[in-house]
Amino acid sequence: MQFPLLSVIIFIPLLAGLAILLFPAERREWIRGTALGAASLTILLSFILYLSYDSPVAGYQFVEELPWVPSLGISYHMGVDGISVPLVLLAGIVLFCGVLISWNVEERPREFFAFLLFLATSVFGVFCSLDLFQLFFFFELAVFPKYLMIINWGYPKTREYGGMKLTLYLFIGSMISLLGALAIYFGSGAHTFDLMALEKAGFSIEFQRMWFPVVFFGFAVLGGIFPFHSWAPDGHVAAPTAISMILAGVEMKVGAFAALRVAIMLLPQGAQYWAWLILGLGTVNVVYGALIAMVQTDFKYVIGFSSVSHMGLVLIGFATLSKEGLLGAGMQMFSHGVMTALFFSIVGMVYDRAHTRDIPKLGGLFQKMPWAAIGFIVGGLVSMGMPGFSGFVAEFPVFMGAWRAAPWVAIIAILGILITAAYIFLVIRRVFFGETPSELLRVEDITVMDKIAIGLLVATMVGLGVFPSLLSTMVQTGVNHVLSLLGGA
Amino acid sequence: MSGDNTNMILAILPEISLLVLTAVVMVLDLVWCSERRRLLGWITAAGALVIIGVSVAFSRPVNGPVLIWGGMLRFDDSTFIFRMIFLAGAALTALFASETENLTHHGEFYALMLVSTLGMDLMASAADLIMLYLAVETTSIALYVMAGFFTHDQKSVESGLKYILFGAMTSAVMLYGFSLLYGFTGTTQIYQLGNLLLTGKVPLFAQVMAIMLVLVGFGFKISAVPFHFWAPDVYEGSPTPVAGFLSTTSKAAGFAVLLRVMIAMFPPQAVSPSPSQAFTVIVATLAVVSMFVGNLLALAQRNIKRLLAYSSIAQAGYILIGVAANSALGTSSAVYYLMAYLLTNLAAFGIVTIVGKTVGSDELSAYAGLSRRSPGLALALLVCLLSLGGIPPFAGFFAKVWVFGAAVQSGLVWLALLGFINSMIALYYYLVVLKVVYLYRSEEDSKPVAMPVTWKVALIVCIAGVVVLGTIFSPWYGAASSAAAALF
Repeated sequence: MQFPLLSVIIFIPLLAGLAILLFPAERREWIRGTALGAASLTILLSFILYLSYDSPVAGYQFVEELPWVPSLGISYHMGVDGISVPLVLLAGIVLFCGVLISWNVEERPREFFAFLLFLATSVFGVFCSLDLFQLFFFFELAVFPKYLMIINWGYPKTREYGGMKLTLYLFIGSMISLLGALAIYFGSGAHTFDLMALEKAGFSIEFQRMWFPVVFFGFAVLGGIFPFHSWAPDGHVAAPTAISMILAGVEMKVGAFAALRVAIMLLPQGAQYWAWLILGLGTVNVVYGALIAMVQTDFKYVIGFSSVSHMGLVLIGFATLSKEGLLGAGMQMFSHGVMTALFFSIVGMVYDRAHTRDIPKLGGLFQKMPWAAIGFIVGGLVSMGMPGFSGFVAEFPVFMGAWRAAPWVAIIAILGILITAAYIFLVIRRVFFGETPSELLRVEDITVMDKIAIGLLVATMVGLGVFPSLLSTMVQTGVNHVLSLLGGA
Repeated sequence: MSGDNTNMILAILPEISLLVLTAVVMVLDLVWCSERRRLLGWITAAGALVIIGVSVAFSRPVNGPVLIWGGMLRFDDSTFIFRMIFLAGAALTALFASETENLTHHGEFYALMLVSTLGMDLMASAADLIMLYLAVETTSIALYVMAGFFTHDQKSVESGLKYILFGAMTSAVMLYGFSLLYGFTGTTQIYQLGNLLLTGKVPLFAQVMAIMLVLVGFGFKISAVPFHFWAPDVYEGSPTPVAGFLSTTSKAAGFAVLLRVMIAMFPPQAVSPSPSQAFTVIVATLAVVSMFVGNLLALAQRNIKRLLAYSSIAQAGYILIGVAANSALGTSSAVYYLMAYLLTNLAAFGIVTIVGKTVGSDELSAYAGLSRRSPGLALALLVCLLSLGGIPPFAGFFAKVWVFGAAVQSGLVWLALLGFINSMIALYYYLVVLKVVYLYRSEEDSKPVAMPVTWKVALIVCIAGVVVLGTIFSPWYGAASSAAAALF
């Protein structure tokens, strides 16, 4: 029997989290040591997974299958393809950096790290699921860690509101999708939740057109689609740094990924029918998100809305249903995940030391924390799609696809990128350059742990910008499969 | 014939054992001194476990469903599975009661609980309206006394009285429905009745009238809206372990009867309009109003027992969705839901008992800082509330997905959609409780909550059960489907 690599990646965080809950609360060293150990092991294994995925062979690999509830057609079915492998790696990287960033959590570190690790299990589980029921099982697993982490360790002023809003939005979204998933299960007549079998179920056109929006939009809520995006900025801002990183960096990709995997791949003709709507909403996401980000004075809200804006590009990429667009969307999910995790980690570092996120009150932090400043600048360059960074190689194909599908979308979306460039430069100038306000003169530099995290995230983005084929070849194999489901379109 | 007789005796061996156990508990109560009587809870629980063993060993329906005792009882997998549910509920309740002040020393409390469990067993197996009525009353009368057991506590007495009044009233209406059914068909045997109704000689209108009257009685047992008014007051006033017992085991008994009677009398039919369609519409309506009323009123509660009472009304609504589906899948998922719900809600009321003893209050505000006072207990409460909310990896998730799934399968997509909307409302107030537990502080943060061994054992069993039912579905779902198969 093959080594169950995916199960190990999924369950290491869960087991480590359970172990941490059993430790005495005052053993801080054990707690964070275990968390870091689990996160290191996970990132290592997901890197091994990334290297050993065989792109020329393509298809689902590392497949594990065990019966779960045979009488209902539910199985424990794991497997990854060219689209999900990078996302597993992304989750591994963000989890690892999240643990590093949270090294000095004072308030109940035991519960903090345990819940953080449970959240990681949830996202790994979704990315690796080849069974629809199991996908929901892992998807919903995220509900309580998200909520409890935001309200307990979040930003005191908005955490109760932001946490509840985020949890309810995402829960109702997933419930709507679940309704669609049940319809797919009963409608297929195949009596199985196996995604590979359901891909071949051959639903009627009417069925696909009717149920596609239900499934897609339910998941797309988590992807931050307009007009259901408003949980994202509020939730991200209310969350503690590590959770903002995972929420914006990974969880939003979970939503987009599930929308692709379930809605687009199982109901391709429905996707073709509704593509115009997603294209339109995605464009609104890009422009509207960027415009709102522009006028924010709260450092973290800027990043929160920038996530909404960038997720729009993923949605546009999906909606083009073309080779370039899907490839770009797949790469953008990875690139944006790393970038936004970096942004949120730096915002967290600044806030922890300056005790304010109000942009007018910040300034001149380049001298105080050069690593953070450089990291933010690199993130900014990625964000505005500068060549040589991962943002370019991800966004360029999206625009190519969009141009083919509907030129006006590409034109308007590029406008969004210009606005992005504007607000990123503004923020960089106001926060990291200029005069240092007197209150900030004693701000200390960031810790070694923080620097490791920033270094890792920056290296990933630059490395990918210089060698895009490291990622694109793999994503391409996954995209080819989606295209074959779309009828070779 | 003697072989038949032996089989008939064996079939009700668990009920006979329950009676013996009741007698043992009462005798021990008489002869033991007050100090030793503390052990009665353990004896009751152990006895219930032994009876579970006895049922598994000697009274399993191996040859398919049979009618026994002159058609009074039906011995099938449904009987067997529900018996397990009731006995488990009784055993856990005995453990929770055994450390509760004013219940520990009272042998009669355990005796009453066992009698009521005996009644529930008969409810689940009754195949005759007369037997059914007697079983319902046996169960209820014991429960009335249990609800008012704290005779020095005005609230408890009041709740007992309220419960009796409501119970008497609804069972009178139910009895009237029974008499109509008898009048139309000339039989009280449920399965014969079903066959006669299928011939179509009884007008649809008369059938619907009779169903509605009978549903009043069943609706009371499962606390479905609009027969729910007693529930919040009774749960709040009665001893907390009794409230737990009422909301889980007694509710499960109500569903056992509902499923058996309704499926026997109104099996799904293809013709339209058919009584089974009318039945689906009526039950679906009950489900919808129960979910909305339960969940919306729960939003406003500040007392945890009342909150759980309204939540349990809403939970009855979800289970009714499975009943309304009127299909094998719907029934199996309803049974699974009942198993999940039994463990979850017993644990929840157990925690309320435990916290209530230390803090001396059932107000929500008393739960502030619980996660600091007692992280384990807070985690247990988290498990219960999330399971009630239908979040994996806890039992409620699977149960909820499949009652809604059954609705989708039966073409009741709108019902499933309303169910999902209600899940969201419910999640809100469960999360509010968790917020109080995890976020808010109290001045007594550093004082741990006392946890006697008995409670620890009971709670660990429940929580482990919730997690097992929420991850390893197959054996339990298999049991639930065999129960469902026996009913159709």
